[in-house]
Amino acid sequence: MPLVFTLAFRNLFHDRLRFIATVIGIVFSIVLVTVQMGLYLGFGRMVTTMIDHASADLWIMPQGTKCFEDPSLLDTRERYRALSIDGVAEAIPVVIGFADWRIPGGATTPVFVIGSDLRAGGLQPWNLVEGRVEALSTPNAVAIDRSYFDRLGVSGTGLGATAEIRQQLVRVAAVTDGIRSFTTTPFVFMDVDRARAHTGVPSGKATYVLVRLNPDTDRASVRRQLLSNISDVEVLTTAEFRERSRSFWLFSTGAGAALFAGALLGVIVGTVIVAQTLYSSTKEHLNEFATLRAIGSSRRYIYKVIVWQALLSAVIGFSLAALIGEIIVGATAATALPIVITPGLMAGLFLLTVVMCVGSAIAAIVQVTRVDPAIVFTR
Amino acid sequence: MTEPLLEATNVAKVLGSGAAKVAALKGVSLTLKGGELTLLMGPSGSGKTTLLSILGCMLTPTEGTVRICGHSTAGADPEALALLRREHVGFVFQSFHLFPTLSATDNVRLALDIRDEGARSAKAKSREALARVGLPHKIKAFPRELSGGEQQRVAIARAIVGNPSIILADEPTAALDGENGQAIMKILAGIARENARAVLIVTHDPRLMPFADRVVHIEDGRIVREERRGAGLQ
Repeated sequence: MPLVFTLAFRNLFHDRLRFIATVIGIVFSIVLVTVQMGLYLGFGRMVTTMIDHASADLWIMPQGTKCFEDPSLLDTRERYRALSIDGVAEAIPVVIGFADWRIPGGATTPVFVIGSDLRAGGLQPWNLVEGRVEALSTPNAVAIDRSYFDRLGVSGTGLGATAEIRQQLVRVAAVTDGIRSFTTTPFVFMDVDRARAHTGVPSGKATYVLVRLNPDTDRASVRRQLLSNISDVEVLTTAEFRERSRSFWLFSTGAGAALFAGALLGVIVGTVIVAQTLYSSTKEHLNEFATLRAIGSSRRYIYKVIVWQALLSAVIGFSLAALIGEIIVGATAATALPIVITPGLMAGLFLLTVVMCVGSAIAAIVQVTRVDPAIVFTR
Repeated sequence: MTEPLLEATNVAKVLGSGAAKVAALKGVSLTLKGGELTLLMGPSGSGKTTLLSILGCMLTPTEGTVRICGHSTAGADPEALALLRREHVGFVFQSFHLFPTLSATDNVRLALDIRDEGARSAKAKSREALARVGLPHKIKAFPRELSGGEQQRVAIARAIVGNPSIILADEPTAALDGENGQAIMKILAGIARENARAVLIVTHDPRLMPFADRVVHIEDGRIVREERRGAGLQ
């Protein structure tokens, strides 16, 4: 083992109390950043869940649509104009909107209705645990998620449960697992015509038209033709619509800024704690650094000792923080807003920890730079 | 006699500034030759430590020149001075200045590690150096497990392991009892003669004089007397 590493390791562990304080500081900071960034990623995924599962190549939507939940309407005649373009395989209307779900006992709860042409394979429910998608074509049939059974007054397997939306009967014909809404308003899937009736959308209107293309079709060309054939609409790819929705919810609402502010706070707290402990550790070992300098050590060698101390703190602190992060991820997995940690985020957090710790070492390095080796004769 | 390994010519040093300005050294000239053990003696405040710091390239003189093994220290920046120390000077301090978290071997090895010497060779040389100062059985001991005399031996091993031409020692026996002090002086005298190194020892202790080839007396920043004893401890 290189001696410079041994020296850094022993310096670090020499004062265990200070070392524990350093690690707690790093862990606290990184867990805070992990939670904030995990929430950011989780939120980013949740707000685009429907877009991700629609399997659309292009989305036709009213101009100025901000996000998937935007209830602006367009004319369904646009669907036929879309179908008239070469390369368009399907153009499926989708209707969304809020409604009240009234259980037989009389209580109501808001729900978010998603209706599409199920025969054409529009925006269908996924992760089905009870019933089948085809069952949604039967009269009054809807699909709900089992995580909202309590809210919707449904018990048992859920199949066959009834309620009213806009004084019209609905019957649970399929049950999904894990389709949760970040707004905590339960999703209710149904056929597009029934969705119009339950949300008050006039016949001949829809919120979106999903466009699916034939294989090997030039998407950009179709998009240009759609825009020239249809007025007052926007045509976005799935990636663009995903980005627009995510940007709206994260940045226009201030949610993202709040999450970033929390992460920044974590970085600042961690940096201050690590800098303070490294500085005081260096101060305590100043005599040893002066001795090193007196016997001819280069500054670079001394910086290596300090940076190794910072890196060791970073690795130990990050390992513990990652462990706690995994526990938090597990604990929030089934909630409305799960914390998501990706390999990329982990790598980024490790890099951040290293940068934070090594950056914190600068104060200590500046102090050592000023050390007078001649103090070894007077101490 | 051999060529001088260290030459200080008309060295003056002013410490502090303004009203607190003090002339710590006033034109000191001194040469150290290989194979010689020189004692630098003088009362407190006479400039011994300032001179040692300048000879050891830790302070730069206000006036005068210092040459270490032919290299002038004039105009050298702190890194260049550190390089001179690393290559040519070994230090022994009054309070040992060992690293409490490192074993005796690692304390000695440190002097080679800063010279980028490979770990295996550095370990072997460190053990040899410890054996040279009579501590072959203490290679794994930590400073807290060693007596004062043993700690000073480790410090001497650290000073000689890089094979420097010059050894500068600041009151190396001051923290030791008489018996251990004598033992340390025998080792330092042996190092001077066997390896043709120049050894300069700053001390108050007249009991060390029998070990010296030369005694230089300094008072009020000036060298006032120099005795060549010649006998030393052959």
